[in-house]
Amino acid sequence: MADGSTTSRPVRETSRRRARRQKQASTLIEATSSGWKLMLFKIVVLSLLCATAVYAALVLFMIERWLVGSLVIIGAAALTWIYLKRGVLPAKYLAPGLVFLLIFQIFVVLYSGYVAFTNYGTGHNSTKDHAIQAIMLQSQDRVPDSPTYQVSVLEEAGELLTTDQLYLAVVSADDEILIGSAEQPLEPTDQATVEDGRVVAAEGFEVLEFHQLLERQTEITDLSVAISEDPNDGYLRTQDGQRAYVYTSRYIYDEAADTMTSSETGTVYRDTGEGAFIAEDGDQLLPGWRINVGMDNFVRAVTEESIRGPLIYVTLWTFAFAFLSVATTFALGLFLAMVFNDKRMTSRKYYRLVMILPYAFPGFLSALVWAGMMNQEFGFLNNVLFGGAAIPWLTDPWLAKISILIVNLWLGFPYMFLVCTGALQSIPEELSEAAQVDGAKPFQAFRSIKLPLLLTALAPLLISSFAFNFNNFNLVYMLTGGGPRDVSAGVSVGSTDILISMVYKVAFVGAQADYGLASAFSILIFIIVGTISVVAFRRTKALEELN
Amino acid sequence: MKTPAPDIFRFSAVLSVAALALTGCGGADDAASADEEAGDDGAAAPEASGELSVWVDSDRADVLAEAAADFEADTGITVNLVQQDFAEVRDQFVSQVPTGEGPDIAVGAHDWLGVLVTNGVVAPVELGDAAEDFEDVAIEAWTYDGQVYGVPYSIENIALLRNADLVNEAPGSFDEMIELGETSGATYPFLVGLDAQTADPYHLYPFQMSFGAPVFGQNSDGSYNAEELTIGNEGGIEFAEWLADQGEAGTLSTNIDGDLARENFIDGESPFLLTGPWNVPAAEEAGINLAVDPIPAAGEEDAQPFAGVQGFFLSAQSENTLAATTFLVDYVGSPEIQQSLYEVGGRAPALTEAFDAAMADDEIVAGFGAVGAEAVPMPAIPEMGAVWDYWGASQAAIINGEGDPAQLWEQMAEDIAEATE
Repeated sequence: MADGSTTSRPVRETSRRRARRQKQASTLIEATSSGWKLMLFKIVVLSLLCATAVYAALVLFMIERWLVGSLVIIGAAALTWIYLKRGVLPAKYLAPGLVFLLIFQIFVVLYSGYVAFTNYGTGHNSTKDHAIQAIMLQSQDRVPDSPTYQVSVLEEAGELLTTDQLYLAVVSADDEILIGSAEQPLEPTDQATVEDGRVVAAEGFEVLEFHQLLERQTEITDLSVAISEDPNDGYLRTQDGQRAYVYTSRYIYDEAADTMTSSETGTVYRDTGEGAFIAEDGDQLLPGWRINVGMDNFVRAVTEESIRGPLIYVTLWTFAFAFLSVATTFALGLFLAMVFNDKRMTSRKYYRLVMILPYAFPGFLSALVWAGMMNQEFGFLNNVLFGGAAIPWLTDPWLAKISILIVNLWLGFPYMFLVCTGALQSIPEELSEAAQVDGAKPFQAFRSIKLPLLLTALAPLLISSFAFNFNNFNLVYMLTGGGPRDVSAGVSVGSTDILISMVYKVAFVGAQADYGLASAFSILIFIIVGTISVVAFRRTKALEELN
Repeated sequence: MKTPAPDIFRFSAVLSVAALALTGCGGADDAASADEEAGDDGAAAPEASGELSVWVDSDRADVLAEAAADFEADTGITVNLVQQDFAEVRDQFVSQVPTGEGPDIAVGAHDWLGVLVTNGVVAPVELGDAAEDFEDVAIEAWTYDGQVYGVPYSIENIALLRNADLVNEAPGSFDEMIELGETSGATYPFLVGLDAQTADPYHLYPFQMSFGAPVFGQNSDGSYNAEELTIGNEGGIEFAEWLADQGEAGTLSTNIDGDLARENFIDGESPFLLTGPWNVPAAEEAGINLAVDPIPAAGEEDAQPFAGVQGFFLSAQSENTLAATTFLVDYVGSPEIQQSLYEVGGRAPALTEAFDAAMADDEIVAGFGAVGAEAVPMPAIPEMGAVWDYWGASQAAIINGEGDPAQLWEQMAEDIAEATE
């Protein structure tokens, strides 16, 4: 073919243009980098940045976030270095993007990776200390029908021999004044003055005022004063420094042995390394805490009953959905692109504009509108287009699959139309003319000349479109919610659920949130999509070489 | 909450919060300054100083600001109100409290308690004798595992909205309602919004209750016993068969979702709509002559709906428990604030004194309130997500006649039992 002369012309032209542009750019950089205004601007911005970073780091160090604090300092130092040093032009351009990439992508990916190896989820939300504290708080039962005591908080008075120990003073039902502390059960005393049922003064003690209470809040709310020598009688506690109640605790924490003991049954709950206190019969006390569980989540992802059953079916449908979505949108987009690329078509501009509209509406909204249009009884499709037929668009397992592909076609073809139009316009018209001169029919010319060239240019986009549709959670969630479901099957997975929506259901809708398992699943999905993309890219490289 | 919360928001919220928490940009300076204040030893000061942090939604922020001003005037403690989207509070709270950046107090719905308690982020509030000043259902709702976890402020539930221009008497039973609806000549005798895939167990619950099939057994203190699943009892089977009959007769249709039901009611196409107070403003704007009736029973027993009770709760990691408890019990729980919260929210107040005042003040609220006082709290166990899921899908299948109702219902009861184990 005589394409030597046809293709070399644009190539030479672009290389000349590129050289010109490069020269322009370098003069621009020189002109600006030597200017004092720019230098001043740089210094102002960088000093603001450093000031903010130092402040943020100080705050972080104060709350003992050593790692994050140091990262802030290192980041700010690196940015300052990059922008003050002469040269390092690529870094100057890339740095802002890299910062955002680190925060919004790399960090999120690494964090998901980390979570995948923990038991993070409902009931395993924080540290062991927090869990123990929460269990102790939750297990305090007020003794039924016990009275409300007007309580006063006291501390020892006098200059000498004072400790910071706090005392609670109450007036009992038979007008006896009782004082006690954490170490000493309530004991009657008559050396105190009572007003309106509340102790206002006591010999040897000072009654704390409200503002003094506030300064020692944690001490006061942590204070338990035993009612008597017998611990089973319960203890007095106050939450607001005004009223006290008698409680008993359902669990007793033994710090030395690291066990929780039920005071009702005597069952001992131990920390067996599974992130919760667990009794011998397997009963666990929640809240537990976060621990590393190694590969457990990955093992569960493939072995857990509720997931394993539908997994194969859902995986197959996910592949079919992603593949068919790409194929149908590409076919329609390409067809329309060719039609509107034809010079004989008049007012193409306006048609093109209209074509892009579905792409301009938010996908969320479109999916919801389509769900309404596909309503079996009142939907636009059945009522207007099909003359009142009762077609179960979204409630029949097979029709729902077709519906979801139709809606995705509507949402996805403008993108394909755009990229195909672009790619088609970059293929020189002379190629098809030459083919026609050589006697090829239009379809033949398209198939053996334009399509291969198009595919080489578009293959990466098709692969990324596949990856996008593989995880097209929004559409599934908004249109069908994964349904319809076979309710007799006993699983919560529906016939249009794809992997990511199934993961969402298993990890979030199902019994309890399980971020560890969900993260493990995301990693597995990432591996699947990643492998497919790498293989596909390899093959497109081969395609390029063929051409 | 009127329906089980849309989990997608939760999903994204958790991710973004996790990201924020680790980068440490979420209000780190607040925490630091609070620490300083707490460490500050101002023994000589005549009044206390300190800060409380409260998460509140925009509707209630102004009322809380009133309470906060009173509290500061009385005690010297500043209350920092942080506005949050109501729907986001639960998951933000769960992920922020362990990092030490959570608030001392937050606003919420009682059915979050399961998740909050299981994650150990919420602390009990001892109301003491004040508990008797609240409506029973409000305290029952905020009781989890024997402990009260918050100060309730409003009760939200569904009731039967009636277009009094079409039908001028309250129906005594479900069948009577359908009869009245049919003789009124409207297109639909009765409307309730149902989803095509998941029906709506929340809106259909009063009918289920009228067949004597509560979802769980209740303990003596009104809390649910998740181990005693009663949904699959004989009453449940009867209810399933009733659902199938109604589906066949067309009185219940999963093609009429909440929006369609509301639109048709507003257009006068139906005399009855089973819904909550959230649809009242739209109907009033459209000029419908509204009446609020008790929900008519389909079975032998009372048609009790679920009640959602909103309230304020305390963080387990709060370092200001004493001040926070005082603020909650004595200020948020006061009749004035409860009354103000009612005025902005339009839901029946939880405090009996304010509740009675509201009942006398507004017929619509009185209608909902009367139903709400008899309602049962929505279960709060963390596994409810799975329960709603199976429950709804099976209801939709039964209404659409996709199999033997009794068999589908039994299967559902088994699935739920397995999920809540």
